Amino acid sequence: MTRVNAHVAGWLLLLPAVAFLALFTHWPAVATLIDSFHSTPRGRRPAAFVGPDNYAVMIDDPVFWQSVSNNLWFAVGTIPVSIALAILMALWVNDRLAGRTWLRTAYFTPTVLPMIAVANIWLFFYTPQYGLLEQVTGLFGAPSHNWLGTPDTALACVIVVAIWKEAGFFMIFYLAALQQIPPSLAEAAALEGASRGYYLRRIVLPLLMPTTMFVLINAVINAFRMVDHIIVMTRGGPDNATSLLLFYIYEVGFKFWDTAYAAALTMVLVVVLGAVALAQYLFLERRTHYQ
Amino acid sequence: MSQAARRSPFEPTGFGRVLETTAAWVLAVLWALPLLYAVWTAFHPAEFSARFELTAPLTLQNFANAWNAAPFGRYFVNTVALVTLILVSQFVLCTLAAYAFARFRFFGADVAFFLVLLQLMIMPDILIVENYRTMARLGILDSIPAIALPYVASAFGIFLLRQTFKQVPRELDEAARVEGAGSLRILLRVYVPLAKPIYLAYGLVSVSHHWNNFLWPLIVTNSVESRPLTVGLQVFSSTDQGIDWSIITAATLITSGPLLIAFLLFQRQFVQSFMRAGIR
Repeated sequence: MTRVNAHVAGWLLLLPAVAFLALFTHWPAVATLIDSFHSTPRGRRPAAFVGPDNYAVMIDDPVFWQSVSNNLWFAVGTIPVSIALAILMALWVNDRLAGRTWLRTAYFTPTVLPMIAVANIWLFFYTPQYGLLEQVTGLFGAPSHNWLGTPDTALACVIVVAIWKEAGFFMIFYLAALQQIPPSLAEAAALEGASRGYYLRRIVLPLLMPTTMFVLINAVINAFRMVDHIIVMTRGGPDNATSLLLFYIYEVGFKFWDTAYAAALTMVLVVVLGAVALAQYLFLERRTHYQ
Repeated sequence: MSQAARRSPFEPTGFGRVLETTAAWVLAVLWALPLLYAVWTAFHPAEFSARFELTAPLTLQNFANAWNAAPFGRYFVNTVALVTLILVSQFVLCTLAAYAFARFRFFGADVAFFLVLLQLMIMPDILIVENYRTMARLGILDSIPAIALPYVASAFGIFLLRQTFKQVPRELDEAARVEGAGSLRILLRVYVPLAKPIYLAYGLVSVSHHWNNFLWPLIVTNSVESRPLTVGLQVFSSTDQGIDWSIITAATLITSGPLLIAFLLFQRQFVQSFMRAGIR
């Protein structure tokens, strides 16, 4: 094949995918930036350039700041716990405890269920008075509590759902990593008289580092795009206590139809995810195991 | 899943093993509880929805009521059409692009690859406002293609297949070329068959992802004719059903049923696929 042909053939093969990517990923990202500096077109009034006005509104918008803070708490609440649980689950499944297949099934099942469906189940779970949670706390004589209806507990409730949904998904990556550790390492460590805790801490955990990085990136991205359960369980309430960034974008864009402001909010999310990408590229890329 | 033939000397033994087994099972029961709870509620009459008595009569009435209360049959058809459309387009587009990246040295390949990978971070899921506007301009709001289009060119799929194609020995490629086969023919005859397990893995991940996807379909659809199951379920359970939990949980199980059953039957394939697709 001549060299010119390779250029043409390469681009021809790429063309369909690039066209769709450009139309539904790159262009919308650029358009978001442009729209964020314009006003929302209403009726006969077309969008006008307003400079940084939308961003000024954003800085003064308490709901925006609450969504940011909620989202950070949501990330802090879900990521470490689900990763720790995932490692624990993987170790247990890998150790061939009695009924390991059942254990794996139980841990992994939430991953294949639609978030919207399980959110319905959890909604019932949390229902005041006759939800399962209330029945259990009732046994211990605790007073009835509206878990999702109280600002203090609502965010924690949706965090629990997210952990439950994600931990089993992350588990399988750890399981794969654990199975790649040569058994001779454990045997050598045992000969040297290492304790189990020492072996796990000094050999297994470091070997799991690349997996942890991979899982961490995924977990961070998920923390900023998981909103299905919010829509079902709380609709951002009570008092915006569970409003996450993407949920707020959805509300502003499709409930209040203020698309320009929604574009400015989307830019925040784009910057956050871009920063994650940059961090991954700068610090992690050469140390991860794939490629 | 391949198991190490030798038992690790650090596997817990004796009392520690009993303790860890118990803990693992407690966690497993906690993890299964919401689903078991839903199954209980869905298969029993409403008065037992939160009362757990072993003698409670079983019933399928909740499923019948749910099925008749909303056009779930239509939603099923929509979801199946949606995931099929996405899967087929993804296979075609990603295969071609991955082949280009894996085996062609063309001008701008690095930049193009970077632009593709960008989608791993800036995914269509967050560009809802602009994509909605695009669909409105194209005049296809409230249709199944509108739900599918943002996802058909998948950076994830391109990346996954590129990695796979790169591992195909060049000799196979060259041998076919010597026999006079063209690039597309080689792609179909050599590369695609060798990547079958990856297609299966990617297919399972893609189907479960789009079967479960909710926010974007919720935004672009507003009629029974185009709504997928997830959105149908939400419309059904949020429009004042008088909060009849037994019917809502039955509907919930209907929605997740096919995927759940497929998962329970083909567990190994599912777990391995998610593993393969994730580790890349």
